[in-house]
Amino acid sequence: MSTDLNAPPALAATSKWIEERTGASAAVKEFGRKIFPAHWSFMLGEVALYSFIVLVLSGTFLTLWFHPAMGETHYEGPWTPLKGVEVSEAYASTLYISFEVRGGLFLRQIHHWAALLFMAALSIHALRIFFTGAYRKPREVNWIVGVGLVAMGMAAGFTGYSLPDDLLSGNGLRIIDGLLKSIPLIGTYLSFFLFGGEFPGTDIVSRLYSVHIMIVPALLIALIGVHLMFVVIHKHTQWPGAGHTEKNVVGEPVLPTFAAKGGGFFFMIFGLLSAMAGLFTINPIWNYGPYDPSPVSAGTQPDWYIGWMDGFLRLLPGWMEFYVFGYPISLNIFPALLAAAVLFGGMVVWPFIEAWISGDRREHHILDRPRNAPTRTALGVAVIIWYCAMWAAASGDLIAVFFHMSLNDMIYVFRTLFFVGPVIGYIVTKRICIGLQRKDREIALHGFESGEIIRLPHGEYQERHKPLDEHERWRLTAFQTPSYVPAQPDARGKVSGAEKARAALSKFFYEDRVEPVTKAELDEAHAAHAVEGHGSTGELEH
Amino acid sequence: MSSNQHSGSTAGELEVVNGFENPGLPEHKPRITDVEPAAEKVAERQIAAWFLLSMVGTIWFIVSYFLFPLDGQIGSVRMQNTMLGIGLTVALFSIGIGIILWAKTLITDAEVSEDRHSIPGSEEDQAIAIEIFNQAKNESGIARRPLIRNMLIAAVAIAPLPAILVLRDLGPLPGNKMFETLWGPGVRLCKDTGGVPSVETPIKASDVTIGSAFHVIPEGMNKSEDPLNEKAKAAVLLMRVDPEQLNTKPERESWQVDGIVAYSKICTHVGCPVALYEHQTHHLLCPCHQSTFDVTNHCKVIFGPAKRPLPQLPIKVDSDGYLVAQRDFTEPVGPSFWEVHTRETESR
Amino acid sequence: MALLVLLLMGLMLTGGAYALFTTSSTAKAEEYSASDIDGGKKLFVSNCATCHGAGAQGTPNGPSLIGVGASAVDFQVGTGRMPLQASGPQAPVKKAQFSDDQIKQLSAYVASLGPGPSIPDSEYLDASKGDAAAGGGLFRTNCAMCHNVVGAGGALTRGKYAPNLQQVSEKHLYEAMQTGPQNMPIFNDANLTPEQKRDVISYVRTVSETPSPGGFKLGALGPVAEGLFVWFFGLAAVIGITVWLTARSK
Repeated sequence: MSTDLNAPPALAATSKWIEERTGASAAVKEFGRKIFPAHWSFMLGEVALYSFIVLVLSGTFLTLWFHPAMGETHYEGPWTPLKGVEVSEAYASTLYISFEVRGGLFLRQIHHWAALLFMAALSIHALRIFFTGAYRKPREVNWIVGVGLVAMGMAAGFTGYSLPDDLLSGNGLRIIDGLLKSIPLIGTYLSFFLFGGEFPGTDIVSRLYSVHIMIVPALLIALIGVHLMFVVIHKHTQWPGAGHTEKNVVGEPVLPTFAAKGGGFFFMIFGLLSAMAGLFTINPIWNYGPYDPSPVSAGTQPDWYIGWMDGFLRLLPGWMEFYVFGYPISLNIFPALLAAAVLFGGMVVWPFIEAWISGDRREHHILDRPRNAPTRTALGVAVIIWYCAMWAAASGDLIAVFFHMSLNDMIYVFRTLFFVGPVIGYIVTKRICIGLQRKDREIALHGFESGEIIRLPHGEYQERHKPLDEHERWRLTAFQTPSYVPAQPDARGKVSGAEKARAALSKFFYEDRVEPVTKAELDEAHAAHAVEGHGSTGELEH
Repeated sequence: MSSNQHSGSTAGELEVVNGFENPGLPEHKPRITDVEPAAEKVAERQIAAWFLLSMVGTIWFIVSYFLFPLDGQIGSVRMQNTMLGIGLTVALFSIGIGIILWAKTLITDAEVSEDRHSIPGSEEDQAIAIEIFNQAKNESGIARRPLIRNMLIAAVAIAPLPAILVLRDLGPLPGNKMFETLWGPGVRLCKDTGGVPSVETPIKASDVTIGSAFHVIPEGMNKSEDPLNEKAKAAVLLMRVDPEQLNTKPERESWQVDGIVAYSKICTHVGCPVALYEHQTHHLLCPCHQSTFDVTNHCKVIFGPAKRPLPQLPIKVDSDGYLVAQRDFTEPVGPSFWEVHTRETESR
Repeated sequence: MALLVLLLMGLMLTGGAYALFTTSSTAKAEEYSASDIDGGKKLFVSNCATCHGAGAQGTPNGPSLIGVGASAVDFQVGTGRMPLQASGPQAPVKKAQFSDDQIKQLSAYVASLGPGPSIPDSEYLDASKGDAAAGGGLFRTNCAMCHNVVGAGGALTRGKYAPNLQQVSEKHLYEAMQTGPQNMPIFNDANLTPEQKRDVISYVRTVSETPSPGGFKLGALGPVAEGLFVWFFGLAAVIGITVWLTARSK
């Protein structure tokens, strides 16, 4: 860069100065023309990243005025419905930020909206990765890092939600206290250690504060760093398409196109969050009042990303608590914690399980279209429905009021959905995927339906099909999917139990399968067209 | 790596899949701004206008900061928040649109292909890495000297123990705290006014008419060491039900006063205040997870995730006509915990 | 069976029996003329007697109204809850069927049947004289669990609900506290003094009428509304931007 003869002298001198001290040209050479494929679904992770930047910026401002302390004080500020009310310092300082620091309410609201958007963006980014199979080799580790980011995001969100010490978050903490106490053997101790004694005590806000502003953000930043490092090492995946191969990546170079688009996108996300913060109230803690263990508000819910666990708590029936020698096993409570372990644990092991079942140990840089992995897509939809059944249950009371239904019936509906929904979702999704695959085959073999009806000389009516050009055909045909691999004997000629299990799963996953069109089939179809004028539909293999 | 501006297939050979040959990248179609200088000029002006608008937004933010002061009225907070929000939105969104338009219309949009490198290092590099490790192993003697190696591992393994030990003082041990509340013989039931003003008004039995629900705290709670901790255990809901409708167990016959019953307000599920009293159905509903308790049947659970009935506070009338507790709850209030049945609650 | 129970509960709307036990009602009684009572009786016989009985003594379809007082009638009829149009878990608010004069006559008639809470004195309905902060404490403790912290309403068991309070008049707020309509507990004057009821009214008025400082309040329903908003507005906008951003321009 220092040798650029066209640069103005001052710039040239500056870059020379930097180069001689940092050797930055190596980095520019490495990253400057790195290629990023352009597709809207590849921008979702960036939304999370940019929301996180907004969170760090706005959060830093908030720490300048927030007092993480639970000492008693009396509120004396402009919000008359709380004048003279006994509140904690944390709550009073949050009100002070809201009403007496110029721009303070804006900072609070943009921080909270950014947190909600951060989690939403993380979620759909993770779904995109899942449904396209982007977690496959060599990206399994980065997928696990991503799962860690979701878990840390939830931790960051919950600790932040609890800081203002208002009635809503206080009741949320009380639920956490109840959850902890339900853990067999150590629960009571965990609760006393977290709260510094009995609930609510006077320590919890300052403890959550150090978790919220130091420990969790540090972990988030570290994980984000690792996550992005892996994106650089692996290079981005790409959709199947003409000119796209497993050995290349096609798209826009970082400098200038991708950097410009990504940078512009950052400003647009920041702007969008500003609009939300400026126009829409979020977490109006002045309405909730200070925390007091006796009152509670109708519609007491956590922020959306904790909602599914709260909903699960609502669905579990009371009879699931039982006593062994007088000691409670509260299966009506702590499974909400287990559900999180199951979800995150399942996500962590999934890439390895899938690779084990399919026996596919190759690298994959070309994404699967979701329809081309019907069982995976169907399982994903089943998990989404399972999650949403719990999630919706957390707002069952509001749904009941809104639609004039019975609160109790809502619980029964969601309990049913919890079990039945995933099964139906699985079956329907798998059928839809296979149907779409057949349609793709049909189009690849016989062309698009043109809508034009023609009459053949012998009187038969037929729809004219428009042939595909080779770019379009490539997109529909250039993929390979795993097929059922029966149990294989090992070196000593024996079939192990694990291998039998693998084979059973392989059958479940890959038995129903639509073969991609091959060149030979296409040639045959063309030949048939030439003779008869129409061909046969794609066959489902069994 | 390839840094060609425009390339169809620089990236290695195009593989054959299912017998089909990869047709390569489609031909790049120029945009209107690539071929028409007039359109290019228009795009340039548009982009400049967006950046100009952004500056207007920033200035509007600064002006709003002073123009819409916080005057102690809530309306001013909303006005300022909205104006600052609009200013920053315009400032940031416009920069974003401007840059992206620049990228979309003026910066070249040809797709470029880059080769992927194999992720594992070359065999040579891998061999060197192994060699380095072996060399380190030999030079340090870590394999040959198990004594110091194992002692090091042991030393490092126990070194974090002090850090864990220090966490011990995060909180006291539970002791009897979960089994004791401020209720005791003769403690008056007082109205909970929500802390403002915190005057404790005792309740006369005659005040509690049928269909009433009183939210109750123990007298003296506000003067106790940790009022909120005490309230978190001692909060009580006092209701009067037509005695005809109460199915009272014989041993609890004396715990009520003419149909006036007092139950812990803390849900036995995860501890939310159960306070939604329906005075005709006599159901108590928890707003957090919808556990429902039947007041006429000693608050046993009739719906939802809670298991244990709400503990009943035995009450009576003192000589002045005020409602007082006979003793503390006979069982722990709130969520189940491991030791819940391990000891009798104190009868002070 | 459950449906039958629901229907029965729906029909037991005004819950008359409690009023017999009501001991104190300090609000000043309104004076009713004999002609008011006569007019009320006629209205009652033609509009209410089917369910409540010709002498308001109650039938299996409707509770006795003897001793419920003028306040209960004024609330139930004034908010349109009575006469009931269809059975259901709970009587909904609708347009009042009678004029103010007719409501006064009906109240007079029912009040003449036995002592009960009378229409509140306007002294205690003036929100500006109340202390909103004290009312807030009382509201959070006594009302928020059903009606939500700012009176946005909430769910009760089996299809019943606590209605939104933000548009309810001061008089009807007071009467509801005083008489405990449907499943709402009764807050007699020993529980919430008339001054405290006024504080509660003052709080409800203040939070309903103060514009939300942060902007549009999304129904004041808390995190659920915020979550829906971030998914259906925030994320939808984001995806719109990503599609525009990655689309090739012509």
